[in-house]
Amino acid sequence: MGALLLIGTYIFPLWSITVEAPQYPEGLGIYIRINTVDGHAKNDLKNLNIVNHYIGMQEIVPESIPELKYMPAIVGFLMVSGLLVAWKGGKKLLYIWLALFSIFALIGLIDFYLWNYDFGHNLDTEHAAIQIEGMTYQPPLFGTKTMLNFVTTSLPSGGGLLAFASIFMGYLAAFFTWRDKQSQ
Amino acid sequence: MNKTMMRVVGVILVIATFLLISECAKKEKPILGSGDAASAVYVAPGDYDEFYAFTSGGFSGQLGVYGLPSGRLFREIPVFSVDPENGYGFNEETKDMLKTSFGYIPWDDSHHPELSQTDGVTDGRWIFINGNNTPRIARIDLKNFETAEIIEIPNSGGNHGSPFITQNSEYVVASTRFSVPIPQADVPIDSYKENFGGTISFIKVNPDDGHMNIEFQIIVPGYDYDLASGGKGPSHGWAFFTCYNTEQANTLLEVNASKNDKDFIAAVNWKLAEKYLAEGKGKVRPGEHYTNRMNHTTHSAVSTRNKTVVTLDPADCPGLIYYMPTPKSPHGVDVDPSGEYIVGGGKLAAVVSVHSFSKMLKAIEDEKFIGEAGGIPVLDYDATIAGEVTNVGLGPLHTEFDGKGNAYTSAFITSEVVKWKLGTWEVVDRIPTYYSLGHLMIPGGGSMKPWGKYLVGLNKMTKDRYLSTGPELAHAAQLIDISGEKMKLLLDFPTVGEPHYAQGIPADLVHPNTTKIYELEHNEHPYRAVTEKEARVERVGNEVHVYMTTIRTHFKPDNIEGIKVGDVVYFHVTNLEQDWDIPHGFAMQGARNSELLVMPGATNTLRWEPKKVGVFPFYCTDFCSALHQEMQGYVRVSPKGSKLPISFN
Repeated sequence: MGALLLIGTYIFPLWSITVEAPQYPEGLGIYIRINTVDGHAKNDLKNLNIVNHYIGMQEIVPESIPELKYMPAIVGFLMVSGLLVAWKGGKKLLYIWLALFSIFALIGLIDFYLWNYDFGHNLDTEHAAIQIEGMTYQPPLFGTKTMLNFVTTSLPSGGGLLAFASIFMGYLAAFFTWRDKQSQ
Repeated sequence: MNKTMMRVVGVILVIATFLLISECAKKEKPILGSGDAASAVYVAPGDYDEFYAFTSGGFSGQLGVYGLPSGRLFREIPVFSVDPENGYGFNEETKDMLKTSFGYIPWDDSHHPELSQTDGVTDGRWIFINGNNTPRIARIDLKNFETAEIIEIPNSGGNHGSPFITQNSEYVVASTRFSVPIPQADVPIDSYKENFGGTISFIKVNPDDGHMNIEFQIIVPGYDYDLASGGKGPSHGWAFFTCYNTEQANTLLEVNASKNDKDFIAAVNWKLAEKYLAEGKGKVRPGEHYTNRMNHTTHSAVSTRNKTVVTLDPADCPGLIYYMPTPKSPHGVDVDPSGEYIVGGGKLAAVVSVHSFSKMLKAIEDEKFIGEAGGIPVLDYDATIAGEVTNVGLGPLHTEFDGKGNAYTSAFITSEVVKWKLGTWEVVDRIPTYYSLGHLMIPGGGSMKPWGKYLVGLNKMTKDRYLSTGPELAHAAQLIDISGEKMKLLLDFPTVGEPHYAQGIPADLVHPNTTKIYELEHNEHPYRAVTEKEARVERVGNEVHVYMTTIRTHFKPDNIEGIKVGDVVYFHVTNLEQDWDIPHGFAMQGARNSELLVMPGATNTLRWEPKKVGVFPFYCTDFCSALHQEMQGYVRVSPKGSKLPISFN
């Protein structure tokens, strides 16, 4: 059941980053999906890139982010293997599957953090028109942060929440398996 | 208290509560409980107005867009006059919008905006407005607030009675204020009675795209046709037109056209006209006119020349048109929301004459004619009149309705709004205006569904109302609360140009539909450059085409060399932005036309003929970002005959 929830990660975005500013009362936002990055509204990604170029941030080009190429395969593997584990019902297999999932999730989050870090720190100081001593622009992993005129909010979105639910159900299954064994 | 008493008290309480509730529900509260006019028109920062008001520009030729109740000016839409502010009429794409059979006409006199309607209710799709001087009708799209189309009206002099609409926007109408020889001819002016004629035109509006074409013109006697109103409800299928100068004077009309005790309201049965057309009664006659349409895929106007029009002659079409005598050079004609009453404002009279549509039909059936005028049957005044409103002030011009059984007439000479009741014809209230009231407007007040909350008075004189600005003054509009029994003056605000008529509509019917950007992927302008890679400069003989892009915050290319004196340079500027409210401007030193203001996703072209050798800057005029001041470039101009090739970066 938990593994099935992962189907949702192909449909819904994993993460959502929203920025608001005096000039953007309606907000600009991007979704990080399993295989791409796109805007909340049609031109949001383009407009975010335009705004970012003033402070030397790299352009977000979904096609050039390798993680977005591997991710569908990894999640697919987790889903299929999760279903197999559920069908076979082996305790050991469940633990292995959970460990794998946890490692991938952790790596994913760390990678996302590093990507945010690089994006916020690796600034093009040669071409940036606006350079403020000591200022970096790393978006938060969770929560809200104010950078210059922009208030940035980063939160898991539908797909991300489903992935969390999936892993949580995996642990729940593991917990019940473990408890059943204890009570035998 | 015993049980019976308790019951009685209980019943009384229930009845009292019921009465109180029904009383509250019945009475629409006046806006001003406290008499505090300021709070009634206060729209807090960031909040929106309840209504849009569209005011004609009069001699500015444009259309003003205001908010009500605040009276704030949002925009002046260029329609018949060029607008160097955004390049309308100057850039290569919009020049053709102003094309006429007289050539390029950069100005007109716009009088009467009219909103499109569906089932007699304003629908917020388009607004039409007339050009009086060089007879034209424009259609403005209320998605992008741009002039989408202008059609010229041939066989007309002074397109004043226009562009009033039928209840499903089947037609907008046009009648000639100045009769002229039809077709135009070199004749003595004092042969007016023999040689001059008028026309009443019905311009069909395509319900899908709004495209206009002249379906037919009715050739009418050479009077001065003034204003018009579409029938509605029971009178749908008819349209009504006032006329004066039935004396057919051609000089000193001030005196010579004011002699007759009564002139006419012409009642035209346009459904019957359609039948006559289908029967082949229409005649094709000369009628050169242009139709100019803006295309927002190519971002360019397309101009079409038409040589003829189809005309109907009342002599061949019995029952097509009747004249209803109406006192003293009637000006406005307004059909009430029920469609039964046809209100004529006899501008030199002290009464308003109200004709009844049902009585008119009966009079036609009973053949209550008192004679003919130019071959058109004239109905007996007493047979069509429903009532006369006396004590209505001097110089009654126009009437609007609140949908609650009241009519509001403007009295020009006594400078006031006079409120009276339909059916009883009694005057119930009056309020002065400042000064010399012309048209008045209630949102939807000329349709079947008025929003009877506010009335705007549009005055012809301003005098001492505002801080003075020399001999030339802004015109004054007054916002009046009509939600209660008594009218209350709320606000006095200056307007641009000289507003004649205006239209109002609830903001909800327009505001949510606004166009924010033009999609770059749909840009099919022949000289577009939709990516910076496509930016380039090409020479074709002495023509140079610059395919230029703009994006925050640079032009591509921004250095151009190889231009020579004697070249004709076209800057085709495509704005690559896809974000709302990020237009870029383009201004070229020495350009003898205007700037460009290019909307996101659009392409506009500025023609430039360099006259001097040197290096000349161009720059963005619309403060687009923090680096706006850096958005600039140079063009190097070499002497005529120079061998320097085109180069750019």
